[in-house]
Amino acid sequence: MCDQTFLAIVFGPCDKCFKEKPLRPVYIKSEQLSYCSLCVEMMATEGLHENETLASLKNEAESLKGKLEEERAKLHDVELHQVAERVEALGQFVMKTRRTLKGHGNKVLCMDWCKDKRRIVSSSQDGKVIVWDSFTTNKEHAVTMPCTWVMACAYAPSGCAIACGGLDNKCSVYPLTFDKNENMAAKKKSVAMHTNYLSACSFTNSDMQILTASGDGTCALWDVESGQLLQSFHGHGADVLCLDLAPSETGNTFVSGGCDKKAMVWDMRSGQCIQSFETHDSDINSVRYYPSGDAFASGSDDATCRLYDLRADREVAIYSKESIIFGASSVDFSLSGRLLFAGYNDYTINVWDVLKGSRVSILFGHENRVSTLRVSPDGTAFCSGSWDHTLRV
Amino acid sequence: RQMEKMIVSMQDPDMGIKMRNQRLLITVIPHAMTGNDIVEWLIQKYGISEEESLHLGNLIVKHGYIYPLRDPRNLVLRADESPYRFQTPYFWTSTKWPATELDYAIYLAKKNIRKQGDLIEHEKDNYNLLHKRINHTWDFVVMQAREQLRAAKQRRKGDRIVIDCQEQAYWLVNRPPPGAPSVLEQGPERRNSHTTRVQLTKNMDYYKREIEYCRKAMARTRVKSSICLEGYIKFNEQYVPHDPIMSGCLPSNPWITDDTTYWAMNAPTVPTPTKLRVERWGFNFSELLMDPLGRAQLLEFLKKEFSAENLSFWEACEELRYGEQSRIDEIVDSIYQQFLAPGATRWVNIDSKTMERTLEGIKTPHRYVMDDAQMHIYMLMKKDSYPRFLKSDLYKNLLAEAIIPPETKKQRVFPFMRKQRHSSPSPALL
Repeated sequence: MCDQTFLAIVFGPCDKCFKEKPLRPVYIKSEQLSYCSLCVEMMATEGLHENETLASLKNEAESLKGKLEEERAKLHDVELHQVAERVEALGQFVMKTRRTLKGHGNKVLCMDWCKDKRRIVSSSQDGKVIVWDSFTTNKEHAVTMPCTWVMACAYAPSGCAIACGGLDNKCSVYPLTFDKNENMAAKKKSVAMHTNYLSACSFTNSDMQILTASGDGTCALWDVESGQLLQSFHGHGADVLCLDLAPSETGNTFVSGGCDKKAMVWDMRSGQCIQSFETHDSDINSVRYYPSGDAFASGSDDATCRLYDLRADREVAIYSKESIIFGASSVDFSLSGRLLFAGYNDYTINVWDVLKGSRVSILFGHENRVSTLRVSPDGTAFCSGSWDHTLRV
Repeated sequence: RQMEKMIVSMQDPDMGIKMRNQRLLITVIPHAMTGNDIVEWLIQKYGISEEESLHLGNLIVKHGYIYPLRDPRNLVLRADESPYRFQTPYFWTSTKWPATELDYAIYLAKKNIRKQGDLIEHEKDNYNLLHKRINHTWDFVVMQAREQLRAAKQRRKGDRIVIDCQEQAYWLVNRPPPGAPSVLEQGPERRNSHTTRVQLTKNMDYYKREIEYCRKAMARTRVKSSICLEGYIKFNEQYVPHDPIMSGCLPSNPWITDDTTYWAMNAPTVPTPTKLRVERWGFNFSELLMDPLGRAQLLEFLKKEFSAENLSFWEACEELRYGEQSRIDEIVDSIYQQFLAPGATRWVNIDSKTMERTLEGIKTPHRYVMDDAQMHIYMLMKKDSYPRFLKSDLYKNLLAEAIIPPETKKQRVFPFMRKQRHSSPSPALL
């Protein structure tokens, strides 16, 4: 008690509770404050309390996650390939490249089909976005973006506009005009603004709305006319690399995959995450809905593709093979959903039987990574774009 | 990385590739193997075809994990007797040992000194460039190169060749000649990708969110797996005949035969639709609605039943949902005037609760204000009008009149699927 007698007892309002009491100096974050003794007591225990809460929260979260897994597993009574046994096996598969589209000066990063089943828009590292009539292999339009690495492009449902974006952090919409004299770049409309690169974009059911995914970890829904942000979706812990809209009747949800190994399903109206799946071992490069809208597939850098069912709320199938060691960059389903086409970083495309889980065929032909792959709207063919500067149908 | 796992298993003495002493010119190189061996081993281990195994082997070589001894300038796997060797782990790309300018300069200088004029075109260019750039350390470079050569001379010829080839392969991977794609190229830097992940500050908020999410998720209704999976099978059965890749398409797949008749026949507005198309309308309501021709037919049918305003209302609501932000007020108002106001010309029949809610919502119009009403009408059409449509004479006539386009008989038309049973495009003429 000796030292206390040397302390000058100051009387005054406490910095915390503002009551008139004898005060004691307290150092918080190298700042000196004066608290009354009651507050000092409280603060000392509260500090501890905070740390305790953090640890206990962590434990609670972990245990809840475990319980969730258990719940999910309870209803899992049968595996997909067991159910698929009675489906007849697929015969030998022969698919050839029917068209090769050359013209990009650098790696092709993304492509999309038009609803007329023939036209394609593709974007590349050199900043060029080209619209082709893939049936005749003619180029119809070409736009040069001011940035390199245009990683996302999309065709509007009406076929009158295209959207693209990349390292410039925004999504621009270009109306397509057939007037040769008009400069397309002049009509560009800048729609989305993110704080990091744009990784994917897609029109919703109309020309007026665009959904974008970005390296800053968020997805966002924009109104094209005004450039207004309609809804933003937060929740990913790292860059979002891909997204896909649900083909369901009500059309209110979409799924996104990111570098945090999670695939999340969102409600477009409320901005909430409805479901989340975290079974991949590495970044998810591509997600695509099953044609019926009840499930989706994802392709990732861990060289596997997985099928997740939305109603059962779990992963139902894994498509992988020991000899595939390169990541899958892009996936898409055939019209009936029986086949899953996946483009890999080892320059090949693997075709999987969705129901049986086995590989049906492997397609060669590209001379560098396959970066993007889409099935045409009527299911007659699929197009793959690659870092070897070409697209193949 | 997974490639390394494969390499390690390749080198496994028991299961790995048999390595023998190979003859290269005069000297004997230990621990080498032939290209053929590599391909064989890959086929055996992974059960893949020869083409794939060759491709995979090629990639391994390109990434510098195996290098050829005979033709060290070309990083290519040849499935023959040409000898190959495993690259030492020191040189593996995944060690991310920065291939610095200095090292490259030393390497080029060595080559230059050993055999004047041995440098290839691009290497000469690089050499000159480097000389200009790091002129100040040039003496150091030359000295290092000389030392290394001297040390190498003291080794056996076999080792020397091996080391040379190793180095050459390493530099080929790290400094590819112009025009050849570099395997080390990656896409743009991904922030927070899992290799360079910045650990999220796992603070209280993060965990609170996680907990809340888990709680909500636990409360979800889940469906048994068996039911979901059955759903896939059913979907598949229904749709496979309509999948051009699986079952071919009539008259022919335009991409194969360069004949666009298929597209012409299935265009959005055709006088007579194909049979497959009309069948598809019977699968579920959204198929009918999404097809413009189907929707038109539905409208005709509804007119006969005096409930056409339902479809128009639904279409107007869709326009609201996906339309421009600036026009929302306008559209909401027009919907109200046309469909919801008492005494409106095309009044739709919604239950009173929904009507109340919607009218309330109209006071503060937003994009989704009509959703409840729209859903109600949609369900009404789906459960009531749609089944009647399918049983109606209108639909039956459509089915009867729908055409099955004939196959175009063209030489050598290969279907995608070689099935023993029926296949729509004509089989190959042998």
